[in-house]
Amino acid sequence: MSEAADTLPQGSLPDVPYAIEVEGLSKSFGDRVVVRDLSMRVRKGQIYGFLGPNGSGKTTTIRMLCGLLTPDSGRGTCLGLDILTQAREIRRHVGYMTQRFSLYADLSVRENLEFVARVYGVPEPVKAAKAAVDRLGLSGRDKQLAGSLSGGWKQRLALGACILPSPQLLLLDEPTAGVDPKARREFWAQIHELAADGLTVLVSTHYMDEAERCHEIAYIAYGELLAQGTVDEVVAGAGLFTWSVSGGDPAPLARELSALPGIDMVAPFGSSVHVGGHDAAALEAAIAPFRERPGLIWRRDEPTLEDVFIDLMSRSKDNFR
Amino acid sequence: MSGAVAGLFRRVGAMMRKEMLQLVRDRVSFATMIMIPLLQLVLFGYAINTTPRHLPTAVLAYENTSLTRSILAAIENTKYFKVVSHPTSAAEADHQMLAGEVSFIVEIPAGFERAVRRGESPSMLVAADATDPVASGSAIASLNALVDTAVKRERFAVEGGPEGSGLESAPPAFQIITHARYNPAAVTQLNIVPGLLGTILTMTMLIFTALSVTREIERGTMETLLAMPIRPVEVMLGKIAPYVLVGAGQALLIVGAGRLLFNVPMIGSPGLLTLLTVLFIMANLSIGYTFSTLAQNQLQAVQMTFMYFLPNILLSGFMFPFAGMPVWAQWLAETMPLTHYLRMVRGIMLKGADGSDLAQDIVALGAIMLVAMFIAVRRFRQTLD
Repeated sequence: MSEAADTLPQGSLPDVPYAIEVEGLSKSFGDRVVVRDLSMRVRKGQIYGFLGPNGSGKTTTIRMLCGLLTPDSGRGTCLGLDILTQAREIRRHVGYMTQRFSLYADLSVRENLEFVARVYGVPEPVKAAKAAVDRLGLSGRDKQLAGSLSGGWKQRLALGACILPSPQLLLLDEPTAGVDPKARREFWAQIHELAADGLTVLVSTHYMDEAERCHEIAYIAYGELLAQGTVDEVVAGAGLFTWSVSGGDPAPLARELSALPGIDMVAPFGSSVHVGGHDAAALEAAIAPFRERPGLIWRRDEPTLEDVFIDLMSRSKDNFR
Repeated sequence: MSGAVAGLFRRVGAMMRKEMLQLVRDRVSFATMIMIPLLQLVLFGYAINTTPRHLPTAVLAYENTSLTRSILAAIENTKYFKVVSHPTSAAEADHQMLAGEVSFIVEIPAGFERAVRRGESPSMLVAADATDPVASGSAIASLNALVDTAVKRERFAVEGGPEGSGLESAPPAFQIITHARYNPAAVTQLNIVPGLLGTILTMTMLIFTALSVTREIERGTMETLLAMPIRPVEVMLGKIAPYVLVGAGQALLIVGAGRLLFNVPMIGSPGLLTLLTVLFIMANLSIGYTFSTLAQNQLQAVQMTFMYFLPNILLSGFMFPFAGMPVWAQWLAETMPLTHYLRMVRGIMLKGADGSDLAQDIVALGAIMLVAMFIAVRRFRQTLD
């Protein structure tokens, strides 16, 4: 809460290798545990994907990282600053983009950016806002009310507002939800550019293809961090063996297969079904009778990230129920 | 045909059921529906009295004789007057009236009893604060019958007086001269216009600020605001400052129009009025801001404002005489900024009161503002917990 926080120069942040380093974070609302004993580390300059189903605790974790929520237990640092005691300093250096568009709908694009620039104490806010408008490609629309922009442009404006005060860490909460594929691609290109300039980005999503664009990922379900590392590490770490079967009617086939011992994961994919298990021998034994069936084409394949996540999710559900 | 009617009932029924569920779920709306009638019933039933009795009266007696005691007893017996102070000088008495502490000053000159006994039919003065004609009217009317009562009670023969001579044309034992101060013609507008200044400011300032924080929460902008390096007190000051100007503009409009249309005077200092109006506006803004931090949505904020505004307007002395209310209601009213502001604005505009006359109300209003600001800042969540 010191006055110095307002004017803290960028260089004076503690020099630590990790932009985010938290241990044992827990948070419950009432008797509902939303995040349980979560530990994670994000190296500086990385794009860190935060994956998990709806209601898995992604938003709650992000809010704890930027001081919007106080953890019930646990400790950690953001940019080397304590998340429990230095929330205010953290806010100065972190750009947080909320899930829902949360700039002022009744202010124009430029007025929104100028407001952000002034609150963060950006020198020459009018100039900075104008530069941001140009950078965002919104030059012709700077007087348009933010509320009247299309979904893709709103998201672009929100990101522009986030990076305007030149933060060291970006926390993006499902930034691409409801955005068309072209805008999504452009968005990710911009994220990679920012990371190349040294910015650390934590981005939550439930799109698997976006996970593949991250340097590292973490998978969270039911409040627990189930896996983290590079995509390859996560897939390899899952210890999953998979087969793909096509040629039959996927839905009844999936029903039949999922009841069998040795099969831990069954997921229909279009006209084929992915079948997976942790014990390669048990899996093969389980599918052996089906391989005899005429018309079915069985193929051993590599587990995808999605296979791994669905497996992780079903396993953690078992632990909880 | 009957199928169409059945369909209509089914759809209206479905709609009704949905509305009822939403109504019951919205606790503040539900509470408003119960609280507002109850509040009105209690306030109108127990607190409000349009012909107030026991009005605070100062007695400035330059002699203490059995006759003066008898007169004072008779005055108190009318039930309209209640002697609350015995000032020792006219200046002290005037100050008490300017401050709104007393509504009447009874002045009995020296040598009064002797003059009565001599049959000189001397005069005593009853000065009334007529800024509120409703409050002072019936009390003044009751004074007419007072002379006889007081004299009968005393049962003394006046030497050469009317009772001795039995002449009907003889002058009464003494005369009561009433002096309706500040508003001799009992023009209601003189009282209403300054009062309106207070109520209009209360209403608009409360509504504007009560909505300000809830709007941010409802539109989802609060999350971004909280994630920015800005303190709760900075958010609050930034949010209420523009409304201080809006309120000042409103005040200017009302005072100006009051003067042009109703000839409402400005006897005291306009500068002091401006200063105290700003203080009053800030007190209301702080209270509105507190509601804003309590309400979950804009509708609740409006409902809370209304629940607060209702007792304000009924108890502050704007619509009904303050002195006519029971003590509990007066104490309740003392916690409301409007009560103090009404004394200030009527005092300054109609009576020419100055800062020292209004010191108590200024301190009270300042204290209310600080308490509300403190609560507002404490209530404003810096996190989403």
